Amino acid sequence: MSTRLPSHGRLIDRSAQVTFTFNGATMRGYAGDTLASALLANDRMMVGRSFKYHRPRGVVASGAEEPNALVGLGQGNRFEPNQRATTTELFDGLTAVSQNHWPSLDFDIGAVNTALARFLPAGFYYKMFIHPQPFWKHVYEPFIRKSAGLGRAPDSEARDADTYEHFHVQTDILVIGGGVAGLLAARNAALSGARVLLIEQTAHWGGRAPVDGGTVDGAPVDKFVEQIVSELETMANVTMRLRCMGAGVYDHGYALGYERLTDHDPDAPGPRHRLWRIRARRIVTATGAIERPLSFAGNDVPGVMLAGAMRDYVVNWGVAPGRRVVVATNNDDAYRTAITLKQAGVDVVRVLDARAAGGGALMEEARSLGIRVDPGRAIAKVSGGKRVKKVAICNQDGIGGAREDLSCDAVAMSGGWSPVVHLWSHCGGKLAWDEDRAHFRPDPDRPPLGADGRGFVVTAGAASGALALDAVLDDAAAAGKAAAKAAGHSPRRGKTPRGETTPEAAMEPVWLMPARADTPLRMKSWLDFQNDVKVSDVQLAAREGYESVEHTKRYTTLGMATDQGKLSNINGLAILADALEAEIPKVGTTTFRPPYTPISMGAIAGEARGEVFQPIRRTPMHDWHERNGADWEPVGHWRRPFTYLRPGETVHDAVNREVKNTRENLGLLDASTLGKLVVKGPDAGRFLDMMYTNMMSTLKVGKCRYGLMCSENGFLIDDGVVARIDEDTWLCHTTTGGAEHIHAHMEEWLQTEWWDWKVHVANLTEQYAQVAVVGPNARKVLETLGGMDLSKEALAFMEWKDGRIGEFDARVYRISFSGELSYEIAVPASKGQAFWDALIEAGRAFGVMPYGTECLHILRAEKGFIMIGDETDGTVIPQDLGLSWAISKKKEDFLGKRAQQRSHMTDPNRWKLVGLETVDGSVLPDGAYAVGEGVNANGQRNTVGRVTSTYHSANLGRGIAMGLVLNGPDRMGEVLEFPGTDGTVFKAKIVDPVVYDKDGEKQNV
Amino acid sequence: MSDAVSALGGVSFDGIARIEECGLQGMITLRGDLSDQALAAAVTRATGQKKLPEANRARVAGESGVCWMSPDELLLLVPYEEVGGRLEALVAALKDSHALAVNVSDARAVFRVTGDAAREVLAKLAPVDLSRDAFQPGRFRRTRLAQVPAAFWMEEDESFRIVCFRSVADYVFKLLKVAAQPGSKVGVL
Repeated sequence: MSTRLPSHGRLIDRSAQVTFTFNGATMRGYAGDTLASALLANDRMMVGRSFKYHRPRGVVASGAEEPNALVGLGQGNRFEPNQRATTTELFDGLTAVSQNHWPSLDFDIGAVNTALARFLPAGFYYKMFIHPQPFWKHVYEPFIRKSAGLGRAPDSEARDADTYEHFHVQTDILVIGGGVAGLLAARNAALSGARVLLIEQTAHWGGRAPVDGGTVDGAPVDKFVEQIVSELETMANVTMRLRCMGAGVYDHGYALGYERLTDHDPDAPGPRHRLWRIRARRIVTATGAIERPLSFAGNDVPGVMLAGAMRDYVVNWGVAPGRRVVVATNNDDAYRTAITLKQAGVDVVRVLDARAAGGGALMEEARSLGIRVDPGRAIAKVSGGKRVKKVAICNQDGIGGAREDLSCDAVAMSGGWSPVVHLWSHCGGKLAWDEDRAHFRPDPDRPPLGADGRGFVVTAGAASGALALDAVLDDAAAAGKAAAKAAGHSPRRGKTPRGETTPEAAMEPVWLMPARADTPLRMKSWLDFQNDVKVSDVQLAAREGYESVEHTKRYTTLGMATDQGKLSNINGLAILADALEAEIPKVGTTTFRPPYTPISMGAIAGEARGEVFQPIRRTPMHDWHERNGADWEPVGHWRRPFTYLRPGETVHDAVNREVKNTRENLGLLDASTLGKLVVKGPDAGRFLDMMYTNMMSTLKVGKCRYGLMCSENGFLIDDGVVARIDEDTWLCHTTTGGAEHIHAHMEEWLQTEWWDWKVHVANLTEQYAQVAVVGPNARKVLETLGGMDLSKEALAFMEWKDGRIGEFDARVYRISFSGELSYEIAVPASKGQAFWDALIEAGRAFGVMPYGTECLHILRAEKGFIMIGDETDGTVIPQDLGLSWAISKKKEDFLGKRAQQRSHMTDPNRWKLVGLETVDGSVLPDGAYAVGEGVNANGQRNTVGRVTSTYHSANLGRGIAMGLVLNGPDRMGEVLEFPGTDGTVFKAKIVDPVVYDKDGEKQNV
Repeated sequence: MSDAVSALGGVSFDGIARIEECGLQGMITLRGDLSDQALAAAVTRATGQKKLPEANRARVAGESGVCWMSPDELLLLVPYEEVGGRLEALVAALKDSHALAVNVSDARAVFRVTGDAAREVLAKLAPVDLSRDAFQPGRFRRTRLAQVPAAFWMEEDESFRIVCFRSVADYVFKLLKVAAQPGSKVGVL
């Protein structure tokens, strides 16, 4: 059984007891425990079931690399699946549930998959589930959903209870990892005067050095850690953050730090996670190393643990994972575990050293403590269901026969150590194969390159492949200085602290234990614990022709789980290399991608949730609209009233009321969102002649002209009324959604193509509140307010004038998008609400009603006016819309002119704009297609047109529509068929698009 | 006579920093050749500053000043009530130059962020180096706050003035409130 020891536990506070629950059972731990250490202290060895076979799984590691101990944490709005118990700090009231089991952790029906394991090999899904297709929906998918997968998703009604934020920071040097290497590198870098940011993913400085032991300058290494931490704390140019993981390294010295602020203290105020968005001149990765498992049969039985992790549990948290432990290793480091266990009073049954000659000084030390060491021996098989019961041992150099059984309840395994190269590799740092230590390490000659063509990442300590304390310190000291120098600072000369530790004998690579294990053993030797990938799966993939490590990864799912193969990658590719009879460096690694471990979606979103999920643009009259029944419609980032609902009205009723009232009395539209770009300069006329298809340079001061803008490919991108303000100045109205990108479009041409033209552009959209005063009573209401002369003689159609209306400074445009007598009036935005109030007040006598965008659309559609985004979709040219009159024939050039001369643009078979009148007065469905004779190559009905705008017209008492139709203008009176989506067929006659006041008498009064 | 109103009517919030919407501020966008002597003279006259600011800097005293927006653009600050007259004078002075001067006072909202954590509040929202070494009084940045464009400068008392578009004033105020929520001090700037 696993249990709390009376001794050890440097990170726990035995005076502070903490209560938590696991699967509903109340358990106790101490402040400073991780959830994993507390579970082990409560003899909870099995903590979950595996992904595919539902095999019992226990804690195998002690940090970020943990593949098995994933739990669902918290409840309700704070529930989160797939949280690693090894990196979860324990707090009072923590609730955790295990995953991947049904109906319970101890009794699981899905475990029957294990019995079927030989039928679920690598690539099983690809092979089996291709045919027959209907089986997918009804058989395969339900089965897979039930049996595969990790944690459950939070309830659909749950809403994350926490807040998150980003934080932008710049520094000369970012040091990732706060072990002895990171601490020393940070200090040496900081001594140069450079700004240093040091981040560490755990809650403690020093990494695993205090567990592994050794001395620095003659004193125990934990004293060194204490000293250097307090030294760094006094340095003004150093910032230190615990619980902040280096998540990713990107181009241009950009890096992400993932800080977990309140995960260990959920009731504390403030954000839960903070995503540090860091710009650094140089990055030092002091990310340490991860121990590799050994691949033997039953290496996934709960109780089998990495040797280094088992040592961590004893030293850091005072927890013994078992009473009788067998140690299997191919290197000297695992002897430290055997020695630590022995000294803590645990029975170390045997050390199985796969090396025929055994180890060095550490082995001798273990022997002197009375531990039996068997060189050349290996584990053939671990037995036990939910917990290790016994180990069968054999010769390493064999197939697994001639066994001897050892009774035990835990196994410590060590296959050697691999540097954590992830962050080095994220941005293209290359690796070198280290034959002696059988690992990939960063190749300092091929670093990730910055904009200056020089490497911007340096590794320090174990992350460089330097595993012994003396080598770690030497490497880290140099890395800190090198980073400072590369960042433009002068590192200080100084003595490097001297590390000392017991020398180690050479390790020997062991990729399979025993070396020639037979098939039944290989089928139980796990490589990837989280995705249930075994040695036999990778070998099968190789036999089936998979040579690339990337393809094998995807075929077998090796390394594709949430741990991204931190334990399995090297072992897996070594097995693949062996099966392909290739050298390991030739097979290579898969690609390392950020983040290093999964980071929360909340941290990625930062502040962007709830009220600030997205900016909503509000006009000066927004609040009034809201108070007066606005049914909102998003237009770009704006919200515009679709209609104003009165009590008891449907949206349809309200729209019809507004349509009729505007035609008969007086309507007000908040048109503030329309883009207003001022274009000024001696070349402004020439410039606008290029931007618009019409001639704008000839427009007279005081006059307005409707204009079209096309892209250089000839497609219509925007429209609006242009007013000539003075000799040098024009004001261009754009669509609501177009203001920003048309501004950018103008700037781009001015800055890149016509940089020598004297033109300035400014976006004045928000300077003005603009109100359209529309209807037969429009002039009357304005005259009631008093001020400037707005008679037909003083201000004719398509003219503008500055003046005063009532007490307001105003610019009045006599333009109409509705076909009614209409004035669009711009006043300063900060007086917009007051002006609107004045119009509403004065309008009462004239039947005033505000109207929304739907009414606006119906009024314009009755007049056959096009709308960008309805009649256009990026493939439509003005000629398609009967707008040839707005395309100047006199101009030598304008944007889109040449494109519109291309053969496809002049094709007489392009669909053209017409009006559509349903035979029975009904409303055509939006976007419906008209069908013609025959079928196309896919067996679909041929289409001859489509609906672009369709409404019910309250004025005409029937449906009106516009559409693009093949040879449409030549087919007036013809009836087209538009199949609906519900089997009905709509019939509509081709008519003139203008169905209301064709001669324009109403707007011209 | 109806009074002009700012976007949010002067709301405020106290968290790790104090956030206030300032009242209306007169603003003129000026585009032109910043090396033109006539332009420099007109600007200094309109704003009471001795000279134009260098790149990424602002020269501001009270409600008057000049901010550098781009190599061919300045933002002139003048008292709101005087913007009409100042603009007229400016346009007259620049009538022989190729320049564009327009009133943008109503197109904007202005916020003040004060307190020890003001730097950190902004650093949560803007990709700008706001450390004491890099950003001091007189510094100006045209950047973004989360998802919208904004510009800010630092006053002598180390408070910040933020300028954004009027339509997103509500969004920016709410953003600043989130960034200044109690318990969210980073403790590094």
